[in-house]
Amino acid sequence: MASKKASRRGFLKAGAAAAAMSAMQSAGAQAAVPQAQPQKSLKELVAYGERSHFVTSVRVPVVERPSPDQFGLIFHVLTPLQDQVGSITPSSLHFVGTHRGSIVPDFDPKDYRLMIHGMVDRPLEFTMDELKRFPSVSRVHFIECLGNHSRPEYTTVQQTHGLTSSSEWTGVPLSVLLKEVGVQKGAAWVVSEGSEEVKGAGSFRLAKAMDDCLVAYGQNGEPLRPQQGFPLRLLVPGFEGIYNTKWLRRIKVVDRYYMTYNDYGHIQKDEEIAALTFQWGPKSVITFPSGGQQLPGPGIYQLTGLAWSGGGAVRKVEVSTDGGQTWKEAEIRGAVHPKAHTRFGMNWKWDGQECVLQSRCIDELGQVQPTRAQLAQHFKVTPDYYKTHGVQGSDNMIQPWRVASDGSVHNAIA
Amino acid sequence: MRSLRGLLPVMILALCHAAWAQSPTYGLGRTPSAEEIRAWDIAISPTGKELPPGSGTAKEGAQLYTQKCAACHGTTGSGGPAPMLIKPQSASTSSGPCVAPCIREGNVMALHSPYATTIWDYINRGMPLSQEGTLKPNEVYALTAFLLYKNGVIQEDDVLDAQSLPQVKMPNRDGYALPEWKPGMPRPFSAKP
Repeated sequence: MASKKASRRGFLKAGAAAAAMSAMQSAGAQAAVPQAQPQKSLKELVAYGERSHFVTSVRVPVVERPSPDQFGLIFHVLTPLQDQVGSITPSSLHFVGTHRGSIVPDFDPKDYRLMIHGMVDRPLEFTMDELKRFPSVSRVHFIECLGNHSRPEYTTVQQTHGLTSSSEWTGVPLSVLLKEVGVQKGAAWVVSEGSEEVKGAGSFRLAKAMDDCLVAYGQNGEPLRPQQGFPLRLLVPGFEGIYNTKWLRRIKVVDRYYMTYNDYGHIQKDEEIAALTFQWGPKSVITFPSGGQQLPGPGIYQLTGLAWSGGGAVRKVEVSTDGGQTWKEAEIRGAVHPKAHTRFGMNWKWDGQECVLQSRCIDELGQVQPTRAQLAQHFKVTPDYYKTHGVQGSDNMIQPWRVASDGSVHNAIA
Repeated sequence: MRSLRGLLPVMILALCHAAWAQSPTYGLGRTPSAEEIRAWDIAISPTGKELPPGSGTAKEGAQLYTQKCAACHGTTGSGGPAPMLIKPQSASTSSGPCVAPCIREGNVMALHSPYATTIWDYINRGMPLSQEGTLKPNEVYALTAFLLYKNGVIQEDDVLDAQSLPQVKMPNRDGYALPEWKPGMPRPFSAKP
């Protein structure tokens, strides 16, 4: 609030000074300095830049539920992967997942507190300023909602894959904070909890908390966006999105699985499917050419896409342009970070014939992204099963795109 | 012997201290009071150890349900715009679109949740819409009892409190797996290239 007032005052002062200057210039003997006529507000030109009005890429609600819905709530909104270049999702276009439909809370960081307690020697409460006095790290990680699944009726990559985004996150390793409070013997799980209206909370193993989790306050070089948990969120790299608790207010160290608000909806009876649910497998998708796009005609194109894995770094991406009969290694075009979107691409010459394009990711653990047929074989169902059912666990199925002879591109799962 | 017996607990304490009490590196933060921790500690374990005093029955819950829940979840617990809470006797009431996350006969919370404590936790922290956190413990016990009774899990005059709630035998008690996880662990299924 204080900073808002200060900046408004700043603009008023600047405006008054400019007016005085121009009055002096018109009255004075010296030739007037020509004044540019800016097309945009000083706020945009000086304080905080906006993208060009020619750039119109936007998020859209998931197919299954409008946002806002009939309660006025925002549910899940999809990032426009088809328009993205590089591997970082612009903060304004990061996908949004909410617990049961949500409002965006408005927390003043001055009053914000994180409490860590439970099976610890010293329960502690930290202000934002205190958290920033711990050593920070910045790491690129994707966050992907478990609901990110491809369906035959989805037409674009935004609909089939738009619930994943990648950012550079800055914060304190959770392990540093847990060592500071002193985790007691017998502790095995942690419960993390948000401070928003529903206080969404989830449980995960202490081994993960001590491994690579971050208590993050930064996203792509600035504070977290409000929809991403401002002022504080948890990063649980590689795990399904719901673990990445936004508006983080509390970490409770416990001896057992708690099954609270967020956990209940994601339980799986089968041990294998449960393991396939909480950690993302190797995954990739071609973002150009992708569903809904139109190729103007035969010729050379840059086939490109994103690959990632919850198991670690992307080792290799392979692309097939003949429906999976042959595969060719794509170039990695950018930095490779563990558990982060990785840009790949290749020169591709389209001969004007109908063809099916697909990519597959192989990660540093040697895990290979499966086709629908491979999933069907493993789970002893027919491939058509996936036309009406979701993939067991989380969906990392290879996404085929069909390029028709007229250059139009379609979801080939149908 | 006597002196040794006196010393033993001290020695054990000293050993434990050396083994487990790492000293803080940064010395930042404030120690919250027991009261402050209790006020925030709304995550309810399956053992129920965080449950507050209070109690409720399905009869009390029925009235509360009509006042606070029926507008969104439907007067019968199904057919409303919000997720289904009571499995209907006949399956016909739930046709039509089901908005994500789709909660229907197969995953009605009182039948799907392995623990009754999860229902208490959920209602207490997340309901009702726009009035989250306003329900009193007695009301949460009563609403939990109402949903469990209407789904045939408990009897109408069963009293739920901090002791009885964790003891409720839930139909889906064994309906979840907790796989092990270690850093660098692959998933159990991977394709072959």
